Amino acid sequence: MMEQDSKASRAAKQTAAMVVGTVPIIIGVLALTSLVTAAVPPQTICDLLPMESLLAPFLGGLVGSIAAGHPVVSYVLAGELQAAGVGLATTTALIVSWVTVGIFHLPVEAAILGARFAIWRNVICFVLAIATGYAVAFLMLVGG
Amino acid sequence: MGATRGTAVPRKIIGAWLFPAAVAALYAATALFSPAIAAQALKSFGALLANITPAMVLVFCLIFLTNLFIDRRWLARHLGKTSGVRGWVFAIVAGILSAGPLYAWYPLLGDLKAKGMRGELIAAFLYARALKLPLLPLMVQYFGMAFTVTLSLCIIVFSVISGLLVKAIPGIEDADAGGNR
Repeated sequence: MMEQDSKASRAAKQTAAMVVGTVPIIIGVLALTSLVTAAVPPQTICDLLPMESLLAPFLGGLVGSIAAGHPVVSYVLAGELQAAGVGLATTTALIVSWVTVGIFHLPVEAAILGARFAIWRNVICFVLAIATGYAVAFLMLVGG
Repeated sequence: MGATRGTAVPRKIIGAWLFPAAVAALYAATALFSPAIAAQALKSFGALLANITPAMVLVFCLIFLTNLFIDRRWLARHLGKTSGVRGWVFAIVAGILSAGPLYAWYPLLGDLKAKGMRGELIAAFLYARALKLPLLPLMVQYFGMAFTVTLSLCIIVFSVISGLLVKAIPGIEDADAGGNR
């Protein structure tokens, strides 16, 4: 019984240490993301960038990487872009990178999972978001 | 030794608050030049915070439970170096089922990594999160069934590729993480 108590108390202490170390960084990242997206909304970035050029899937991935908010917002944005004639590879890259890449979340990820891991994972996910875009566009084309 | 530990904890707490303090200073500077942007950012911050809080509470409860019940041997068997295909399936399914924003899951993943979870499985978990089951009906409505099915399958395949690529980076498993250990 006492062993169980001490195990629970040790687990509570470990969890509390993680809360204390993590919550301030997450709050800071949320605040920074909110400030940047208020100053430069993703829709404005899309309006400014040449989203119909050859570089478009790269730019779609970039917008998704710096954007924040619920994934539903990325669907709406991608839907609007698609209606405006932007290609499937670009909108797919935007949707995927929106959820898998977090440039503004990098400080939290680096602090918790290690800087090397966080940087490489985000770079890989950015490239793969674009690759996913091309793969989906190709498969949709082939599938008719 | 005790004295060192006594000063180390407050220093860690102070260090953790330096970043949000710097961001608060940015807000103050923005409010001076453009109060409308600062107000909009604060509103958006409040909404994000309200959105993330339930997920964070859930994640910290999960961390407590993993600290309490999951030992290194269990973790090594299911998500460690010897977990094999089972580890990949476990990570990808967990990624698909996980709710809430990406950053809400970092603390739990950091905890599991410290206990021996493979880096490639963390990467696969984080990529598989792009497939959001509750949002699939909405995606079908916006982009059609064919796109939704194709994207879902591609996300599963690419989550494995992301894990394999992370695994291929030299020294990534030994990378030192921050102060949450």
